[in-house]
Amino acid sequence: MAFNKNSNGYTFFFAIVMVVLVGAILASLSLSLKPMQKANQAEKKMMNILGAIGVPSERGAVEPVFAEYVTERISIDSEGRQVNSMGGSVDPTNAEDPFNIDVKKDYRSKTPASELDFPLFACQKDGKDLFVVPVVGKGLWGPIWGFVALESDMETIYGAVFDHKTETPGLGAEIKEGFFQAPFKGKKISKVAPHFAVLKGGAPTTEYSVDGITGGTITSKGVGEMVDRTMGIYLKYFQSAPKAQK
Amino acid sequence: MSTETTTAVEKKESLFSKKNRKLLTDPLDDSNPITVQVLGICSALAITVQVQQAVIMSLAVLFVMIGGNVIVSLMRNIIPDRIRIIVQLVVIASLVIIVDEVLKAYSPDISEKLSVFVGLIITNCIIMGRLEAFALGNKPGPSMLDAVGNAMGYAWILLAVALVREVFGSGAISFPGVGQVKFLPEGWFYANGGFYENNNLMILPPMALITVGVIIWIQRARNRSLIEEN
Repeated sequence: MAFNKNSNGYTFFFAIVMVVLVGAILASLSLSLKPMQKANQAEKKMMNILGAIGVPSERGAVEPVFAEYVTERISIDSEGRQVNSMGGSVDPTNAEDPFNIDVKKDYRSKTPASELDFPLFACQKDGKDLFVVPVVGKGLWGPIWGFVALESDMETIYGAVFDHKTETPGLGAEIKEGFFQAPFKGKKISKVAPHFAVLKGGAPTTEYSVDGITGGTITSKGVGEMVDRTMGIYLKYFQSAPKAQK
Repeated sequence: MSTETTTAVEKKESLFSKKNRKLLTDPLDDSNPITVQVLGICSALAITVQVQQAVIMSLAVLFVMIGGNVIVSLMRNIIPDRIRIIVQLVVIASLVIIVDEVLKAYSPDISEKLSVFVGLIITNCIIMGRLEAFALGNKPGPSMLDAVGNAMGYAWILLAVALVREVFGSGAISFPGVGQVKFLPEGWFYANGGFYENNNLMILPPMALITVGVIIWIQRARNRSLIEEN
């Protein structure tokens, strides 16, 4: 061997070259795949919104279904005033489109709620007006999120879907399962705080709460907290919105 | 495992010589990474609730293991000894990130199912064990065989445990792309007036350990050479 592969100089040289090379490969890969990943995420978001109002959809054919059911995309500020409203097809490049508001990013950032906009999706299904509210919160290990659909009285929950990033399989991760999400249907959002709660597994529930997951208490509480907190903001809009009189 | 190391003037031997074939078959039984070397137990416990998950995890490990073994083997003469573990880690982590990114772009559904396991692959001790013990001292060809062998040895244990747990725990078997297939008549279940009830204990992690234990027991009963002297 022409060089001493265990000398300090070579070790440093190797490490530096390796880091630069690997960094460049990963960065370029990430950049080139980003558009496709973004499109997939947008599609997943549409599927989740449709899932909250109980409309099944499949990857690859989501957009027409979404356009059929979701009639209006609204954004409101933290005081419940309408900021923006859009119909028609979703434009992924238009930052004004309420669909493109990244609630997960907003939740992570330290920006006060008063400076944020909140998206709301008005849908029509079987002649009924439904409103889908995105919710974001904290689970035990990482972020959890979901979409809660309200009936036209803006009080009764029509359906809900939840998902998570890294909750414990078999415990907290069960929030994405049907048995946890089904009891939300028919429950109500209270006009006064606390607006909604997920109780410790097995506790008797009221009109404004559902049963949590035994062994997944922190995740369950996280779900309750995010629904409660988010609804606190949207209630201001619902109480003043013209459609609420229906 | 072969104790021979590559010498400079080795005769060119065929990729599937007897010695190299042993690299493929040994890890299935005599030097199985899970049951004999007791590596990778953590992932064997975590993701054997469903057959489908076990299949996905096995394929992911197979890919990363082959990639890692071949790359490290190609670089074996230029990796400085003092930072070899870091280099191995970087190779594995990069491969896993590449798999994850590509899946996110081209197959988001699988990526979602895999999400939790991606971290598990990086920390899977089998992969690093093979890089350190084999790829660093052998040519790419044998290293690839060693990777395939060990990934298969890992996969069959995973599948066996998952099969037992899913059949008795959920009364069903799930196939990738098909979903869960229930094979017991609904009327058999206690809730429907029958006599059968799924064993919920099977779904919990401890049963994975017990199932692995039973596999080790059976394996040692059949293969006496694995039993320690004292």
